[in-house]
Amino acid sequence: MEKILDVKNLKINFSTFAGQVQAIRDVSFHLNKGETLAIVGESGSGKSVTVRSIMALLANNAHIDGGEIDFKGQDILKMSPREIEKIRGNDISMIFQDPMTSLDPTMPIGKQVAEPLLIHGSMNHANAMARAEEVLKLVGIDNAKNRMKDYPHQFSGGQRQRIVIAIAIVNYPEILLADEPTTALDVTIQAQIIDLMKDLQHKIGTSIIFITHDLGVVAGIADRVAVMYAGKIIEYGTVDEIFYDPKHPYTWGLLNSMPTLDTSSKRLYAIPGTPPNLLDPPAGDAFAPRNPYTMEIDHEAMPPFFKVTDTHYAATWLLHPDAPQVDPPLAIKKRQAEYRELLASGQIGSHKAKEVDQNA
Amino acid sequence: MPKDNETIDAQPRKKLVQVKHLKQYFNPGKPNEVKAIDDISFDIYEGETFGLVGESGSGKSTTGRSIIRLYKPTSGEILFNGKDISKIKHRDMLEFRREMQMIFQDPYASLNPRMKVKDIIAEGLDVHHLVKNDQERDARVNELLNLVGLSHDHATRYPHEFSGGQRQRIGIARALAVQPRFIIADEPISALDVSIQAQVVNLLREIQQEQNLTYLFIAHDLSMVKYISDRIAVMHNGRLMELSTADEVYNHPLHPYTKSLLSAVPLPDPMYERSRRRKDYDSSIEFDGKPRTLK
Amino acid sequence: MAEQTNQIKLNKNSFNKVGANDVDEQEKISAPSLTFLQDAIRRLKKNKAAIISLWLLVIIIMISIISIWWTPSDPNAQHVAYANLPPKIANGIPGFTGKASVGGEIVDKYAQANVPKGTYYVLGTDYLGRDLFSRLMKGVALSLLIGMLATLFDLVIGIPYGIISGWKGGRTDTIMQRIIEIISSIPNLVVVILMLLLFTPGLGSIVVAMGITGWITMARLVRAETLTLKSQEYVLAARTLGESSFKIAIKHLIPNLSSTIIIQTMFSIPTAIFFEAFLSFIGIGIPAPNASLGTLLSDGQKTFRFLPYQMWYPAAAISIIMIAFNLLADGLRDAFDPKASE
Ligand SMILES: Nc1ncnc2c1ncn2[C@@H]1O[C@H](COP(=O)(O)OP(=O)(O)OP(=O)(O)O)[C@@H](O)[C@H]1O
Ligand SMILES: Nc1ncnc2c1ncn2[C@@H]1O[C@H](COP(=O)(O)OP(=O)(O)OP(=O)(O)O)[C@@H](O)[C@H]1O
Ligand SMILES: [Mg+2]
Ligand SMILES: [Mg+2]
Repeated sequence: MEKILDVKNLKINFSTFAGQVQAIRDVSFHLNKGETLAIVGESGSGKSVTVRSIMALLANNAHIDGGEIDFKGQDILKMSPREIEKIRGNDISMIFQDPMTSLDPTMPIGKQVAEPLLIHGSMNHANAMARAEEVLKLVGIDNAKNRMKDYPHQFSGGQRQRIVIAIAIVNYPEILLADEPTTALDVTIQAQIIDLMKDLQHKIGTSIIFITHDLGVVAGIADRVAVMYAGKIIEYGTVDEIFYDPKHPYTWGLLNSMPTLDTSSKRLYAIPGTPPNLLDPPAGDAFAPRNPYTMEIDHEAMPPFFKVTDTHYAATWLLHPDAPQVDPPLAIKKRQAEYRELLASGQIGSHKAKEVDQNA
Repeated sequence: MPKDNETIDAQPRKKLVQVKHLKQYFNPGKPNEVKAIDDISFDIYEGETFGLVGESGSGKSTTGRSIIRLYKPTSGEILFNGKDISKIKHRDMLEFRREMQMIFQDPYASLNPRMKVKDIIAEGLDVHHLVKNDQERDARVNELLNLVGLSHDHATRYPHEFSGGQRQRIGIARALAVQPRFIIADEPISALDVSIQAQVVNLLREIQQEQNLTYLFIAHDLSMVKYISDRIAVMHNGRLMELSTADEVYNHPLHPYTKSLLSAVPLPDPMYERSRRRKDYDSSIEFDGKPRTLK
Repeated sequence: MAEQTNQIKLNKNSFNKVGANDVDEQEKISAPSLTFLQDAIRRLKKNKAAIISLWLLVIIIMISIISIWWTPSDPNAQHVAYANLPPKIANGIPGFTGKASVGGEIVDKYAQANVPKGTYYVLGTDYLGRDLFSRLMKGVALSLLIGMLATLFDLVIGIPYGIISGWKGGRTDTIMQRIIEIISSIPNLVVVILMLLLFTPGLGSIVVAMGITGWITMARLVRAETLTLKSQEYVLAARTLGESSFKIAIKHLIPNLSSTIIIQTMFSIPTAIFFEAFLSFIGIGIPAPNASLGTLLSDGQKTFRFLPYQMWYPAAAISIIMIAFNLLADGLRDAFDPKASE
């Protein structure tokens, strides 16, 4: 598969009153052409900082301390501001979390959608407006032709987020960075937006990096998943590998703490404690203090990535050949069993829909 | 198969809260009138967890706030423990304020940033004169901190030093300080991370069992509501669409809106997600002019 | 991203299970506890201009306090013989030599006026031979006093008015806001002139006149802030606990309004000082012979062409005070607004 974006050993610090916040601590990942990569992790784990660095949109107090971001053979981190502007909104565009603040309340939406085309000078005004209308139809704004002149406040929250998406895709970007585009929305509207993004990817072939902390959303949209914790990626793999055969105790904990519809009335599993302070991250595995499977080595050294399959890697000492075999939580074992069954029956990989009756 | 309320309550249980034909309009009679709640009725039994779900703006918070008398209802009545809350005399108001408590959604806005944790938790103790001296006050605060899994040396810190989940637990401790019988939890976990949500939900369940509490649990995360609630009411545009036991609502939803809502819930299961079919809900069927009641 | 070769030394204990830290340790907060105020002070300290302003103001206020009991000489005592002497200090650094140029010639004014040796007027004397340094000390003190008194009105009327208006809401709020609109539509100057018709001109009537109109900005700011605080969940929580409105105002509203109040105060003190100077300058402020910055400026302005020092020093004093207050207010605003901190 062709890599369209390749991030290598990215390190980002923020200087604050209290000291250096080590927000990104050696992150590497790549994005294949036409796929959706989901980045999950809890608040403060560094998801937004990662994608903002790709757009060169970091706050002033940020320092990039190392790494490369290769896009089409060029390192984005080494580009001049003018070169980056050419890419931004054209080859790579971004959808922000809050649909209320990412639109200009004083400009009609048609013009806002057409703006990236006019900025990049790729079209004249009439053509740009025609494309804007087309894209607004594509994202499902009814009666797009007449609504082009309306202002953002005349639309609902869900519609506004569709318009934000329209602005992001109007140039048919090669990469779309979506930073929690549905977190502020209701489940029903969230489901519509996710369906829309899948549909758009199908139609214009964009590669997507989708950030969220909702594992349900990830299961629905991702081809591959990277799990972040305390400024590092701790596990990545295909969506099936991460959901049915996770290897890192943090991923276990995340999956285990979500109630499924058949969770009975017993206690929910909760990951104890809170994430570490990135002003002074621990020397070893940052998850060690919260991890029931912690070994001595976890407090001493950061685990490297261990290979599970060609596509699946996890950074946990549990995968070291000398480490003792541990029993994952029951719910994870169930998932693994299910996975083996699915693999055996050949249902995984084919992506063929299995009819699960909602009301069964 | 749909059971009606009688069959669910095989042995008659005590109704702690009764909401009867509650209406709550904002700016009534003005052009910007909002019918936040439009004639809803339901009962909450002693000791149960009553879940209230619905999309944003459907009137869930307004319902909770009307029950705890932060708003004055436009019409209808709310009985708590058999007494009409709008008729509570000033004298008995303090007692009502002690018996019913609320846990709020936003862990960042629900604690006064200028107060120490111990003063936040002890606010209710002071109002209701539940402790005689400072020593007793500190002891009770420490007890409450323990209960919600925080330690004594947190007492003298300020809210901004805590994470979202820890703050939410401080909010719970504040509500528990006055030993209420009924707690309204208005989306207590929706602002928290997945890894923290379970901590708070477990805590709420534990104290419910220990102290025989009754909950009104408001949320839009349906899987969590299903997990914690005994009965669930589904709200839409200020009205109740469906009310039944948690299992019934999930496994045999009757109302098309409930079906639509359920079909939109994302689950952490890629196979299920690949096969998920979203059902759209056309709200115009509500406006056919026919009167509707819950059956 | 292939498997990394690890150079980490593993021993046979490395894979011993130790499990998660115990709960108390996980919930521990290692950072030192800082109150909101300490945090704000720390941020303020980073703002050089604000800190310099703060020290300047402290020094000016100290000098003003001293002037209540002691000034180099009686500020109102006239020595007509010693009129219009230029500044002079013992060592006679340039600008303070006691000499002035008259018709192109440098003359020693002190010798001309037969001032006894050892008598210096640091900032010179005015047309009545009054010591300008003493007058400036007194003038600054009076101006500051007026600023403080006017601000007291702000605090005493403006804060309760704003809180009640915002908290009660509805009809009460509408009526209280109409009253504010009416008062604020009358120009300050008109009020002052009316006051001067009723009372004798002087400190009292100026302060009362400014008090009547000055609290409006404070009341408006406090009301707006109260409206947002009112719907904050911690205020709702206090209500559900049965806290009385008065207690809520004391425990929740005022502490959270404090930064708005402090900042507004810092802006309203220099406004009051300037307004007094303006009134005195146009001759309806502090009556003679008392000195205020306004009267000093007004006197100095008459002879500015020939004796510029008589106006320079009061002008410099008022400028420093105004700038210092404004820079400090700006610094405080940044310090209190956590969003501006990073
Ligand atoms: N401008 C900044 N100055 C200082 N620290 C910052 C800045 N921006 C981000 N950080 C820190 O970097 C870390 C990562 O932040 P980031 O916004 O990427 O988190 P996130 O994973 O997107 O979380 P969320 O789910 O809350 O959006 C956090 O600890 C945050 O406090
Ligand atoms: N004080 C108020 N004045 C006017 N309208 C209000 C007020 N409070 C709520 N509303 C309106 O009432 C309706 C119901 O609001 P409510 O807050 O109860 O919804 P909700 O179900 O809690 O939604 P969410 O999930 O977003 O919290 C909304 O349309 C809201 O805009
Ligand atoms: Mg983010
Ligand atoms: Mg709400």
